[in-house]
Amino acid sequence: MSAPARRSGAVVWVRRNLFRTPTDVALTSVTAVVAAYVVYRALRFLLVTGRWEVIRVNLRLLMYGRFPEPHVLRLAVAVVVLAAWAGLIAGIVHGRRQRTADVVARPALTARVADLTARFWIPTVVVLLLLLLTSTAGPWLTAGAALVAAVAGRLAGPVVGRLRLGTAGAAALVTALGAVPLLLDVYVVDAVGYDEWGGFVLNLFLALCSIILCYPLGVLLALGRRSKLPLIRLVCTVYVEVLRGSPLFVLLLFANVALGFFVPQDLAPSAPTRAIVVFTLFTAAYMAEIVRGGLQSVPSGQFEAAKALGLSPPRQTFLVVLPQALRNVIPAQIGQLISLFKDTALAGIAMGLFELLNVTRAITAQGDFRGQGLIGETLAFGALLFWTVSYTMSRESQRLERRLGVGER
Amino acid sequence: MSTTRQHARVPLWRDVRVLQWLFQLGVVAIVVVIAVWVIGNYTENSSRQNIPTGFGFLDNPAAFEITNNAMSQNAPVSEAILQGTLNTLRVSVVGVVLATVLGTLVGIARLSHNWLVRTVAGAYVEAIRNVPLPLFVIMGSLAIVLGVFPRIQDAWEPGGVVVVSNRGIAVPWFTGSALALVALLLVAAGTWWLVGRWRRAVFDRTGTPPRTGWWGGIAAVVVVVAGWLVLGLEATAPDVVGRQTAGGIRIDPSYFAILFALVIYTASHIAEIVRGSIQAVPRGQGEAADSLALGGFQRMWYVVLPQAFRIAIPPIGNQYLNLIKNSSLGAAIGYYDLTLVTQTTVGNGSPAVPAFALALGIYLAISLVTSALVNVGNRRFALVER
Repeated sequence: MSAPARRSGAVVWVRRNLFRTPTDVALTSVTAVVAAYVVYRALRFLLVTGRWEVIRVNLRLLMYGRFPEPHVLRLAVAVVVLAAWAGLIAGIVHGRRQRTADVVARPALTARVADLTARFWIPTVVVLLLLLLTSTAGPWLTAGAALVAAVAGRLAGPVVGRLRLGTAGAAALVTALGAVPLLLDVYVVDAVGYDEWGGFVLNLFLALCSIILCYPLGVLLALGRRSKLPLIRLVCTVYVEVLRGSPLFVLLLFANVALGFFVPQDLAPSAPTRAIVVFTLFTAAYMAEIVRGGLQSVPSGQFEAAKALGLSPPRQTFLVVLPQALRNVIPAQIGQLISLFKDTALAGIAMGLFELLNVTRAITAQGDFRGQGLIGETLAFGALLFWTVSYTMSRESQRLERRLGVGER
Repeated sequence: MSTTRQHARVPLWRDVRVLQWLFQLGVVAIVVVIAVWVIGNYTENSSRQNIPTGFGFLDNPAAFEITNNAMSQNAPVSEAILQGTLNTLRVSVVGVVLATVLGTLVGIARLSHNWLVRTVAGAYVEAIRNVPLPLFVIMGSLAIVLGVFPRIQDAWEPGGVVVVSNRGIAVPWFTGSALALVALLLVAAGTWWLVGRWRRAVFDRTGTPPRTGWWGGIAAVVVVVAGWLVLGLEATAPDVVGRQTAGGIRIDPSYFAILFALVIYTASHIAEIVRGSIQAVPRGQGEAADSLALGGFQRMWYVVLPQAFRIAIPPIGNQYLNLIKNSSLGAAIGYYDLTLVTQTTVGNGSPAVPAFALALGIYLAISLVTSALVNVGNRRFALVER
C-alpha cells in the first residue's frame, strides 16, 4: 500500500486553519464577510472619502498646540537630547547585561536589524507619515538629529558603563542622568509656561510627569499598607481605597472647579497643574497596589537574610526587598503608564486643556472646515497617535516580561 | 549586679514600641495638619465668596430637567441626584452584562484554531484597548446620532411596536407603579427558584431529568402573566406624534452611545483576561473532555470555561469597577448620569465642593458594593481545597 499522496502546503493549511469542520466553514464565511466589509469601509475612508487636508493644515496644532512658534526650537532640542539620553541609558543597561553574562552570544547584525524592525516598524511608519505631512524642513532635521543622537547614545552607553567611577562617581552619573529630564523641562518652561503647552506633546508630558511624581507616594503607600503599625496601615488603606473607588473623570471635574478652594488664594493652580495633581494622586493609589503586589512576591527569606546581615529595617526594605519588588512588577508599572497616558485625554474634556483630543474637536470648527463633518477624520488621526504610542509600549512591555521571566518562577 | 543592669528598663527613647507609636502619631499628626490646613483654606475661601459649605443645597429646587425623566423642575436637587444615580446604574448594569458576553466570546475566539476568527479577534482587541475611551465615547455619540439612527420624520418602526429614530429608541412600557412591577418580578424569580429546588429534589428521589430551566421558566412566565392581569397593569406602545414619540418609554441616543463605547472598550480588556484564564486551565482538562467525546461547545461550556472563570473573576471584577467608573464619561455627551447631574447642579449655583464630594461618595459606595459582590462570587466559585 502506498503512502497517501501529499498535498501542497497551502491547501493543507487552508483546510486545517479555515475549513476544518462544517461549523468552521460557517464561521469562516461570516467572519470573512464582516472583516471584508470593515476593511473595505476603512480603506475607502482612508483613500477615497476621507478629506485629510484638515490634518495637514493643522498638524502643528495637533502636535504641540499653541506653543509659540519662535520657541519651537527648544522643543526640538529637548527631543534630540531626550533621544540621546534614552539611547545612553539603553546602552549602559545593555553593557551591564553583557558583563553580567545575561547575554551570552552576540546575535548577527542582520538578526538584530530584523529584530529592531519587527519591534519598531509601526512607530517608524507613523513618524514617517507625520513627517510627510509637514511642509518645512524643521521636523525632518529634528527627527534625523534625534535618530543620530539615539544611536550615538546607544553606542556610547557601554563605554560609559565600563568606566571605573567609584561610588561617588557612579552616584554623580546617576544623578546627572536623572536630572536631564528636569533640566530639559526647566529649559522649555523658561521660555513657554505650561499654560501655552498643548497638543500631543501635552499628553505625553502629563503622563510622564504624573508617573514620575506618583512614584514616591505610591511606594510609601504600598509600604504603609503592609506595615505592622495599625494607624499607618489605616491611613494608607483608606487613601488607596477611596482614590481607587472614585472615577478619574469626576476627580478631574472636581479639581477643576474646587481645587482652588483647598489652597490659599494666591496659590490657585493653573489648569495643567490641576491636571497633574489629580493624575499624580490618582495614579499613586494604583501604583501603591502594584508595588504591594511586588512586595508580596519577594520571598520572606530575603527579609530574613537581610535581617541576619544585621541591616536596619529601613535598609532591609530599601536595599534588599524593594529593588526586587519593583523589578518583579515592571510590566504592571508600564501598564499603568499606558493607561495613564490614555487617561490624559480626559483632561481635555474635564478641564478644557488643549490636549490632542480637544484639538481634534476644535479644528473641525475652524472657518475653512466648519460644518463639513470632518470630526471622523480628526478623531481617526488622534486615535492613530494614541494607539501607536500605547501599542508600542505594550509590545515592549510584553517583550520585557518575557526577558525578565516574570510569571515563570 | 550585672543581672540588674541587663534587666534595667530600656530608656524610653530607645524602646522600639514607644518609637513605633511616636512614629505613627507623627504620621497621623502630619495627615491631620494637612487636613486642617485644607479645610481651613476651604472655609476661608468659601466664606469670602459667600458660598455655603453644608449640604443644604440638596433641598433647593433643581431648576433643570433630565432627558426622558418625569422629574419636574421644582423637584429638589436630592431628587435629581437620585435620578442621576439610577441612570448611572442603568448603563452600568447593562454594560457589565454585554461586556462580559462580548469579552468572553472574543476571548474564546482569540484561541480558536480557525486562523481568520483568531486574527480578527486579535485585531479587535489590539485596536480597541490601546485607544483612549473618551475617543470612543465621542465617536459613538457622533456615529449614533448622525449616522445610525434615521431622522424622526423617517423613523423606523419594526412591527409598529418599536420606534427607532434619532430621538432614541422607544419601546412599549407599562403604566402604573414601578414598585408593583418589581415586586411581581421578584415573586416570579422566587417561584423559578422554588420550582427548580422541587425538580432537583424529584431528580434525587426518582432520577427523572430535572429540566429546571423548562419547569422554572414556565412557572415564572405564568406568575408574571397572572400577576399582570391581577394587578391590572397596562402597557402602551410608542407612536410618532409630530416630531416626538408618545407612549411607551423612549431611551435617549446618548444612552446607546455611552453604552456602545463602554461595552466595546471593556470587552477588549475582558477578552484578554478570558484568554489568559483559558490558557491557564491545564491542557489535560480539555484533553479529558475530548476523550469523553464531548463536542466543541460542551467541552468549552462544561469543562474549560468554569475553571477559567475561577481564575478570571477577580480581574474581571476590576474591569466591572472600571466600567462603572468610566460610565461617568456619559456626562461628556449629555447622558444624564450622576456626573452630569452634579455638573449641572453646580452650574446652577449649588456649592461645588459638597456636591462633588457627594457624587464621589456615591461612586465610592457603588464601587464598594460591586467589589463586595465580586468577592462573594469569587468565594462561591473558589476551589474548595482539603
